[in-house]
Amino acid sequence: MSDENLILDIEHLSVRYETEDGIVHAVNDISLKIGKRCTLGLVGETGAGKTTTALSILRLVPNPPGVVECKKMVVDGKDIGALTPRQMEKIRGKEVSMIFQDPMTVLNPVFTVGQQIAETIEIHEHLSKEEAYEKAISMLELVGIPGARAGEYPHQFSGGMKQRVVIAIALACNPRLLIADEPTTALDVTIQAQVLELMKNLKQQYDMSMVLITHDLGIVAEVCDEVAVMYAGRIVEQGTLEDIFRNTMHPYTEGLFNSLPNIHNRQAELRPIPGMMTDPTNLPPGCAFAPRCTYATEACNRKVPDLRNAGGTHLVACTAYDDPQFCIDRRKEHV
Amino acid sequence: MIDKTQNTAPNKKNKRRSISAEVWRRLRKNKGAMIGLVIAVLLILMALTAPLLLDYKKDVINQNISERLQSPSLAHPFGTDDTGRDIMNRIIYGSRYSLSVGFIAVTVSLLIGVPLGSIAGFYGGKIDNFIMRLADVFLSIPTFLLALVVVAAIGQSTFNLMLAVGVTSAPSFIRVTRASVLTARNQDYVEAARAIGVGDLKIIFRHVLPNSLSPIIVQATMRVGSAIITASTLSFLGMGVSPPTPEWGAMLSGGRKFIRDYSYMTLFPGMAIMITVLALNMFGDGLRDAIDPRLKR
Repeated sequence: MSDENLILDIEHLSVRYETEDGIVHAVNDISLKIGKRCTLGLVGETGAGKTTTALSILRLVPNPPGVVECKKMVVDGKDIGALTPRQMEKIRGKEVSMIFQDPMTVLNPVFTVGQQIAETIEIHEHLSKEEAYEKAISMLELVGIPGARAGEYPHQFSGGMKQRVVIAIALACNPRLLIADEPTTALDVTIQAQVLELMKNLKQQYDMSMVLITHDLGIVAEVCDEVAVMYAGRIVEQGTLEDIFRNTMHPYTEGLFNSLPNIHNRQAELRPIPGMMTDPTNLPPGCAFAPRCTYATEACNRKVPDLRNAGGTHLVACTAYDDPQFCIDRRKEHV
Repeated sequence: MIDKTQNTAPNKKNKRRSISAEVWRRLRKNKGAMIGLVIAVLLILMALTAPLLLDYKKDVINQNISERLQSPSLAHPFGTDDTGRDIMNRIIYGSRYSLSVGFIAVTVSLLIGVPLGSIAGFYGGKIDNFIMRLADVFLSIPTFLLALVVVAAIGQSTFNLMLAVGVTSAPSFIRVTRASVLTARNQDYVEAARAIGVGDLKIIFRHVLPNSLSPIIVQATMRVGSAIITASTLSFLGMGVSPPTPEWGAMLSGGRKFIRDYSYMTLFPGMAIMITVLALNMFGDGLRDAIDPRLKR
């Protein structure tokens, strides 16, 4: 993919939090490229560094204690690392928007939802207060809330409605890239589907790219074009939806699939990944997943595996593939 | 889903102010607070209408030696002072000074304390340390002594009195503001505001401060009372409002020489101060209870 068609280009991003209890290595040397109009699913369990990655795109990692190191971070042709804080404020909400996880707490309780949507528009589009408010009302209608409710306060809305308001705020200025950090985790399943559908439609309508952070593989299958699986701050497997779901290669990704109920074989027992996530203050010298991996060998503990090309767009970081004969169980079943 | 929301839209109006309406509802249940509020409102009305009822030259400061030192009677319900001025008239007119000293002094402390406190709480670190240590220095000097020093330094006048009282109670506003800003700044909506590109100043004044107002409002209400007392005390010591202005503290001071034989001269201004402060404190107490959601029953 040529650079012009990229909306996001990150190379060698590392984020660590230097706390009194030790250095937390939240993100370790990851590289990501997202094409225009693409949706990338960032998958991983709690603490894998997904949210930190998202925050560093907006340069919102709290500093101190956060320290961000990055060789290259380009959003829509702009080098994020080189911008002044002032210029950065212009990027946030205008070029890159973020939807946060919990709609219950991200809305300011003392302002009406209309005012809160209008705030973004006022900042970025130099419209008068009235014009901004008018546009805010039309944004509300776009996400399926009657414009007459613009004068109401957040506590008068239900969770799903609040998330719609948050989406309206995020989309108010037509961003090029939308980062959705677990947008449906705090919602119940029926509302989840509605909100996802809404986001999918608006993404098309507005010609946006999207980073969808989630730990729900079902959502990924429904919404994303590409998937990056993160574990302990590293990308362990990356590829198109097809690559990840059909040609699963990494043992961790396999573990994620195994922990999902199988609709074709309801009697099958769920096989959760044994053990706990590695302590990010004390990462092992080798593969971080090795202690929990059923295929782990002595070689895994020696060196952090590099991402290797596994054919086409598919990348995987696993030492086991040094052996050309190696194949994980899931693929054996498929074959 | 959309149908449902349209059904709820018509009763928008009565739902709209529900936060302040809720506070008012709880406040109304509190008898003490309502008594305080009624008295305070009456006092404010009295202060506002005093110039319409009384002529300052004729009724308030005009000396009438033939009627000096009269005990309370129908003609002079609160008696007259040592120069024959009607004490009731002077107390009514004096409410203008006492109340305005109270309110303006608190406004001065709000103007100093709220911005400094929000900056300290929002940014933290070195700025926070600097502002708070400065506030600590001011707090370590007895309030009254500090006010006395300020008045002595900048000269004696009604405005300087307000300034002195305001400056000395500013540190407590810095503390209260900082404490409540500290909790509000870590809320998700502050981070969300950052993510849509809102600048620091706007975040402080639009997102953080409105959410940390309630303890500041309560503190302000309670402080009006103590500002009136401090101002009256300064006037009593001759460092505040100068005669013949009918300030309550100055009237107390004037009656001091006659307290053995004509105690009503000190009794009535003293009672005026007491009732005002009590009413404001009762209202402030009730307001705190009504605003604090932890006390919700």
